[in-house]
Amino acid sequence: MLKVNSIYKTFNKGTVNEKRALNGVDLELNEGDFVTIIGGNGAGKSTLLNSICGVFRVDSGSILIDGEDVSKLPEHKRAKYLGRVFQDPMMGTAADMWIEENMSLAYRRGKPRGLKWAITNKERAMYREMLAQLGLGLEDRLSSKVGLLSGGQRQALTLLMAVMQKPKLLLLDEHTAALDPKTAETVLNLSDKFISEGNLTTLMITHNMKDAITHGNKLIMMHEGRIIYSVSGEEKAALTVDDLLKKFADISGEEFANDRALLN
Amino acid sequence: MLDFFGSMPGAIAQGIIWGIMAMGVYITFRILDVADLTVDGSMATGGATMVVCMTMGMNAPTAMLIALLAGCLAGLVTGIFHTKFGIPAILAGILTQLILYSVNLRIMSQKANVPLSVEKYNLLLSLRNLPNAIMVGAIFVVVIIAVMYWFFGTELGHSLRATGCNPNMARANGINTDTNKIIGLVLSNGLVAVSGALLAQYQGFADVNMGRGAIVIGLAAVIIGEVLLGKVFKNFALKLLAAVIGGIIYYIVITLVLKAGLNANDLKMLSALVVAVFLGIPFWKRKISEKRTAKEGV
Repeated sequence: MLKVNSIYKTFNKGTVNEKRALNGVDLELNEGDFVTIIGGNGAGKSTLLNSICGVFRVDSGSILIDGEDVSKLPEHKRAKYLGRVFQDPMMGTAADMWIEENMSLAYRRGKPRGLKWAITNKERAMYREMLAQLGLGLEDRLSSKVGLLSGGQRQALTLLMAVMQKPKLLLLDEHTAALDPKTAETVLNLSDKFISEGNLTTLMITHNMKDAITHGNKLIMMHEGRIIYSVSGEEKAALTVDDLLKKFADISGEEFANDRALLN
Repeated sequence: MLDFFGSMPGAIAQGIIWGIMAMGVYITFRILDVADLTVDGSMATGGATMVVCMTMGMNAPTAMLIALLAGCLAGLVTGIFHTKFGIPAILAGILTQLILYSVNLRIMSQKANVPLSVEKYNLLLSLRNLPNAIMVGAIFVVVIIAVMYWFFGTELGHSLRATGCNPNMARANGINTDTNKIIGLVLSNGLVAVSGALLAQYQGFADVNMGRGAIVIGLAAVIIGEVLLGKVFKNFALKLLAAVIGGIIYYIVITLVLKAGLNANDLKMLSALVVAVFLGIPFWKRKISEKRTAKEGV
């Protein structure tokens, strides 16, 4: 489904701020794989996700989705394959637009947009049903501005928007990091539900090592722009947080440093 | 006082014409979240094109259509400067505005002012017949609001709104934000040129400087409309109408202060200061609430 072949990315090349963010990343995901990504500050986790989305082009290497090389496509053209939820709950929705308008935008991801009316009554009924699955009471607020929702509600809506038009690949970039623990759990459970129901191929960055172990069928650890450790199946399920920290110290020769992970 | 009431119809007619221009500004300023200074040039482009087309023998509707297209073209240039040259929107607009100064003079065969007499040509409106001018202006307003209401309710209109509201989200949902910005700038300047074409007919001439400071008047109209009617006008069509009403109120106030003895040359300063104050209000409100929160120590 996804094939990443030795991608490299350096920011601010040739300046004092030069930063090698991706240093030869190879990654392959089969259909239905749910991969969690952990790593310290500046390990290249978000850069990896952003390079798949096309926020910027990689310096070298290729990114294949379902056999098609997308590494030269602009961001909006790759969007038809991708469902995305960002770390910042404000980023995935348009605050000044209604809930149903946001959903209609997401429903047309990857489709041409013309001069047809943007929302049909049939769609409206469908949106209401989908929103009811979130269990947040949003189904009665189709014409509320999204800006009036709480961070958790917005993130749940973004998640729904990311999966309502089935993506070939779902990308979750620390999507629960900005939420309070209870809301984070709700959103994470919803993610699990959508992923298993739709058999969605997923990449999820998380700062929470426990979540990284308990969710998904594969775990990768990144450090200095490389994947330094990868584990799957039963071996992954049997891991503990201490195992992971030790593994990190062994391979990288450093202490694991992630501001948020330490606080957890 | 009688004099003041006597000048009201003229103020209303002018307000409506500038209100149409304000709806164009609304597209860029409120929907795309871009301050587009092209309008100072495209307003005059609309007027110049209108006058020259009519003196060449075209009828008024055809001339207005060409004026509309000329405005769209001006918006396209700014859009390309902004998205393909990577120039910040404000600067892109200023560049086009400067280009248009030369272009407008070329359109008018290097004359700064070209007359369009209502006695010689069959115009849609003129200040000689104010009730008719107000009615024609009102019809334009209704038609333009209806078309814009429809357009911004379509899939394409939604993607334009998303582009202005949250470009990251728009791209993540497969929207080409560059294309949408260009479309918005094209529509906006087309509308501004229509306003310029109406103004040229109304006043009976086109002038290369007729758009100077247009952006400020447009912004003033949008802001006055929002401040006075924002609480009651929630629907998109009504928000557009609020901008037009803002334009009318602006011209009534201008007429009032001129009658009160203000020097006409100080008008632009006054308008700019009023706009600056109104643009500052949301900022000051935030500052004050921050201060309050800090004091309460919450």
